Amino acid sequence: MLARIKEFLGMEAKPKEEASQQEVEKVAEEEKTKPRIGYIHLSGCTGDAMSLTENYDILAPLLTEMVDIVYGQTLADVWWDDENPMPEMDLALVEGSVCLQDEHSMKELLEVREKAGLVVAFGSCAATGCFTRYSRGGQQANPRHESFVPIADVVKVDLAMPGCPPSPEIIAKTVVAVINGDMDYLQPMMDLVGYTEACGCDLQLKVVNQALCIGCGTCAMSCPTRAVTMTNGRPEVNSDRCVKCGVCYIQCPRSWWPADRINQDLGL
Amino acid sequence: MVLGTYKQITLARSTDKQIQKISQDGGIATGLLCFALDEKIIDGAVVAGPSDEMWKPEPTVALSSDEIMAAAGTKYTLSPNMWMVKEAVRQYGLEKAGIVTIPCQTMGLRKMQSYPIGVRFVADKIALDIGICCTENFPFESLKTFISAKAGVNFDLVEKMDIGKGKFWVKTQDDMISFPIKETHGYEQSGCKVCLDLVSELSDISTGSIGAPDDWSAVQVRTDIGETVFNKAVDAGAIELKPIDEGKFGLEMLTRLSKSKKEKAMKEIDRRKELGLPVPYKASSEKEDPLANV
Repeated sequence: MLARIKEFLGMEAKPKEEASQQEVEKVAEEEKTKPRIGYIHLSGCTGDAMSLTENYDILAPLLTEMVDIVYGQTLADVWWDDENPMPEMDLALVEGSVCLQDEHSMKELLEVREKAGLVVAFGSCAATGCFTRYSRGGQQANPRHESFVPIADVVKVDLAMPGCPPSPEIIAKTVVAVINGDMDYLQPMMDLVGYTEACGCDLQLKVVNQALCIGCGTCAMSCPTRAVTMTNGRPEVNSDRCVKCGVCYIQCPRSWWPADRINQDLGL
Repeated sequence: MVLGTYKQITLARSTDKQIQKISQDGGIATGLLCFALDEKIIDGAVVAGPSDEMWKPEPTVALSSDEIMAAAGTKYTLSPNMWMVKEAVRQYGLEKAGIVTIPCQTMGLRKMQSYPIGVRFVADKIALDIGICCTENFPFESLKTFISAKAGVNFDLVEKMDIGKGKFWVKTQDDMISFPIKETHGYEQSGCKVCLDLVSELSDISTGSIGAPDDWSAVQVRTDIGETVFNKAVDAGAIELKPIDEGKFGLEMLTRLSKSKKEKAMKEIDRRKELGLPVPYKASSEKEDPLANV
């Protein structure tokens, strides 16, 4: 499964002739083992982890039978310090943005990129910065901590799953897609890696200004903070409420259009 | 597939006399939602209900047949029904929500169901989507302007509006005024110009007046859910059927109008692509079926 993902993402882009028999066997061996997952908690509120655990019905078999959680403070109680090196991971879910002034966070993120095959920006803080974008420092516990950025600003990210938090369903659907190697389903999440500067004002800039808005109201429905209302059939964003999660623009039917998947899901 | 994928296409109308009286054509949206509510297939529905202002609809969560019937009839302006979907599930606690959507709203709904990125436990509460045929939609001020300027009717006196036989009809208590539909061009919202969907191709059941005689609707049953609900309503006698006319004023017209909407939209999509303007759909050169809604 992971071999397929890596191949698709061009992470094992070795030319065919170089792939020795030994390497093929290694990949085959890897296929049999459960994927090793890490959960890295940077500057976020743990809401994304909470949303993950809301998949009660699939969580137990997922955690015990399908994957190995090898790293994480909340899900596995494994910490990284000088005596305990960070383990190798097939996939790392990173929650939270990264604070440029926080040496520990920076070090951990860079180490994760080294140790993980795939890095997922999990939740809007990691993907777009979300409400940590408003930070201006000058507060305890460390007044110097003021610059929080999406993790893609610092390391290469393979998948982005925004949301404040991402819904339990999208997490479950993504996990299933990863296990099935369903790249078509994951494609939008790969594309969203580049969407790091999100704001409710994207509705105005990228939809209304571009003559694309049809006033369906999907943006206003999906806003987690009720920052978006509809006035005369157009979204109106209360910037005091907007947390810059990007969900309104991501759910807009005029931002990207997954037609094939929808037809498939509906049996059409 | 100019009319999308469907299991059945037929003329249909509600058998309920009250619904026939108040609804637009065959009263299919109203009739099916009332039936589904009675049968507990849905426990409420998001509809374009009345607001404080005449002819300006407001997305409303209807919990009774009366509330569904209060939303009967077409309003030719924007009602962001998707906005109320989360409200319906959270505030009203609907477990099985019905919804009426025009094609673009159907697309927002289906995208949310396939990719519920930020929408927690709402997608699975949608039990039935009735799609409405739509050629284009008008901002409220546009509607007011051409009703008063083209038809010369005081907006407050309008009793019913309709599009049919190439004309926009305005009915008042003692008059029926019409003007060619062509004259509404330039008043529609521009987002409609790239829309490839006339017949709500992704709904469970779609309904509209194009291709149907007066007081009937042309209905397409599309999904398994749609088929189950529709057949139940027909078996129970809530909906009666009549085969659709294959000819010039029936299926042929529906096909022709859908094709022409798609062709116009594809031209605009290609033009936008050339200009480097964003558009979520593929250029005609990028897809097998140049008229597909992709």
